[in-house]
Amino acid sequence: MSRCVLAVDDSRTIRDMLTYALTGAGFTVHLAEDGQHGLEVLAGLHPDVIISDINMPRLDGFGFIEAVRAIDRLRAIPILVLTTESAPEMKARARAAGATGWVVKPFDPPKLVRALEMVSG
Amino acid sequence: MAIDPMKEIRASFFGECDELVERLQDALNHMADGTSDAETINDVFRAVHSIKGGAGAFDLTALVAFAHRFETVMDALRSGSIAADNALIKGLFQATDGLIDVIAAARDDGPCPPGSDATLALIEAFLPEGAPRSPDGPEPVGFEPLAMTLQLGDMPAPGLSTADAIQPETGGDPAAAASQDPGWVIFFRPHAALYASGNEPLLLLSALRRLGTLTVDCDVSGLPDWADLQAEDAYLSWTLTLISTAAEDEVLDVFDFVTDVCDLNLSRTGEVAGVCPGQPSGKAAGDTRSWGTRTPDRQAGNDAVSQIRPAPAPVPLPQAAADRAPSEAAATVRVDLDRIDRLVNLVGEIVINHAMLAQCIARAGIDRNSDVARGLDAVIALTRDVQDSVMMIRAQPVKPLFQRMARIVREASAAVGKDVRLVTEGEATEIDKTVIERLSDPLTHIIRNAVDHGLERPDVRVATGKSPLGTITLRAQHRSGRVLIEVSDDGGGIDRRKVLDIARRKGLIADDAAPGNAEIDALLFQPGFSTSATVTALSGRGVGMDVVRRAVQSLGGRIAVRSEPGQGTTLSISLPLTLAVLDGMLVGVGDQTMVVPLTAVIETSKLTPDDLCPLAGSGMVARLRGEFMPLCDLGAELGFRSPLGTGEGRIVLLTQTDDGSRAALIVDTIIEQRQVVIKGLERTFGSIPGVAAATILGDGQIALILDPSEIVRQSRIRGGTARQPDEFRLSGNLQRAG
Repeated sequence: MSRCVLAVDDSRTIRDMLTYALTGAGFTVHLAEDGQHGLEVLAGLHPDVIISDINMPRLDGFGFIEAVRAIDRLRAIPILVLTTESAPEMKARARAAGATGWVVKPFDPPKLVRALEMVSG
Repeated sequence: MAIDPMKEIRASFFGECDELVERLQDALNHMADGTSDAETINDVFRAVHSIKGGAGAFDLTALVAFAHRFETVMDALRSGSIAADNALIKGLFQATDGLIDVIAAARDDGPCPPGSDATLALIEAFLPEGAPRSPDGPEPVGFEPLAMTLQLGDMPAPGLSTADAIQPETGGDPAAAASQDPGWVIFFRPHAALYASGNEPLLLLSALRRLGTLTVDCDVSGLPDWADLQAEDAYLSWTLTLISTAAEDEVLDVFDFVTDVCDLNLSRTGEVAGVCPGQPSGKAAGDTRSWGTRTPDRQAGNDAVSQIRPAPAPVPLPQAAADRAPSEAAATVRVDLDRIDRLVNLVGEIVINHAMLAQCIARAGIDRNSDVARGLDAVIALTRDVQDSVMMIRAQPVKPLFQRMARIVREASAAVGKDVRLVTEGEATEIDKTVIERLSDPLTHIIRNAVDHGLERPDVRVATGKSPLGTITLRAQHRSGRVLIEVSDDGGGIDRRKVLDIARRKGLIADDAAPGNAEIDALLFQPGFSTSATVTALSGRGVGMDVVRRAVQSLGGRIAVRSEPGQGTTLSISLPLTLAVLDGMLVGVGDQTMVVPLTAVIETSKLTPDDLCPLAGSGMVARLRGEFMPLCDLGAELGFRSPLGTGEGRIVLLTQTDDGSRAALIVDTIIEQRQVVIKGLERTFGSIPGVAAATILGDGQIALILDPSEIVRQSRIRGGTARQPDEFRLSGNLQRAG
């Protein structure tokens, strides 16, 4: 069965690339343009894993992850942060918000897929 | 996939760059207007950040580097360590211009444009002392050029099990591996935070197993009594023995996401385990039961937990921002322009076919009020709607064009040392894409003129009681089926005495002529006219407003100027909504029907004997509205027949040619005025002087669309000798060739 991933990123280019890379690896990809939109999509979706950008309008990645963790049915869902910064404090903030792991942009598709499989089984 | 998806995504990235730059400029404009709130600064930051992110994916190192340095300044602004004063905002505008250049260079795989470093240095000068200036330091973390190679061959095929596909088994033969390299003993004790962050020990163990042969021992001694068990707490630890040749890095990589939320110790097999700080020492072997790879059912545990710990309060969502960005970025589809053009053509065909059908109905004597005729009317109404909708696909807002003009204003005003503010109105007005593209050059020229000649020097402005800051207004609006674009300045207005002086000196008008204001203003569009006494680097390059006018006319547009001394000058360009249809005047010439573009016709008239003056050597000239102009008998000019008499009593179209001079075209009849669908001829027949294109009339006949300027010019060159007969005659009722 194909695994379902929700990718949240405000950059269309990154969304396109995620779609291309992940669809090719057998994922069913759902997209959202920012954290707020992501929460709206999640209202009608239970993905196996979520990928989220950090810098986004309306609701950023930290806020989005915290909001997802606050939803009972989604509190254990794996969430990978997709970020341009790999600074330790960034990771610490993401972790504090409830992120499962992180992938540094520009991402390497096989590595991303491995990371996704690592956290989603 | 027939097309390379990465190429598509790359093209789409540059499309997104344009949008981001637009958003960036919007935000900067807000900042320039005094709203430097956190969200606006964040908008700028995010736009630059997104460009950097996408550029990294395509290995566009120059763009990444530029965006990164730009971003560093925005970050300082965002964190409040520097303030958004006017000088910095001005610098940011320039940096944006630089960014646009770097993006363009990246798009064309060109070299990084010169001067980008200077632009960045300009804004980096605002950074506080000692702040990290990225160019000197090491490459920003995470931006080592990492080429984006999407080779799906490297990735697991959907059908394969993860263990087979993810990574080559490092320890193919466990026994052999064991003999060469004994492997690793890993002590692993998750903290509660590991579970809370959505990590799963079982998956980590599975990942380890992919590296070699794994023996798993679970220590359950930490489990409390069932009654005291907190489902959300962590009680288990594991001792894992991995027989594998995997390097330490590879093993640690598995735990990459959890190093901060577990106790982890790694040692070579055979070494003494027990260096681990938190490891329960002295545990009897009997306490450690082997659980295999089983783990407690975390899912069930978590469900139970929800009642134990109060759920965190939902994150308050910024409502103010809710109506912002994403809704603006409507869903889009990238479509090849050719396909849209084909659609435009097909709709044009439908319009033509309808006209033919209407004629058939009329010929058959069917009542206009019959169901058939009424039904046909309904069809044409729908067709016109379809036509409008199709045209809308090609239409684009003028905003990007206006933003490019903002840059021209910035550069031009800096070059001549004037302070200029650009105000734009009606940015959402939509025009045909081709029109927008071809409008860029003339508009640039007009804007430069406005900055250079239109606005006074700051000291002059102050002396006349104006603000030293000059204002140029760029305005777009729809007006009666056309688009009106206006460029206004609040400068000194056209100095008509000076214009007249120059025109006389250059022999553009007679010394004793006393033209009215409008006529003087029109002199600006004469070829070779330039009011600037000194040729400035900016706008006096010998390219005059006549070039602008020609460019506008080639788009089916008209340009006009009005000016008020001391108040300023406004140039207005009126354009058709599309290039696919044209307002034409249908005229009869000989036995042919021809179309003259309405934009070329100033007025129509019937020649009286008083209008005609004999001229030695070349027959007659016409005198209309006090102006002498050549007479051009279209029928003779096109070779349909020989000239008919003096022209007395004939119908003439007063036309204005590209160089501003007028001519009177004699036609036989004026049939009607209507919209025609333009059909290009060049692909089949090449360029024909005097013929712009063709159209198909309701009765299926082809009618040529004339280019009056060219016909008059040709007529002048030949000095009145008519063309070879039949050169322009379409053989009888030439049927539509398709």
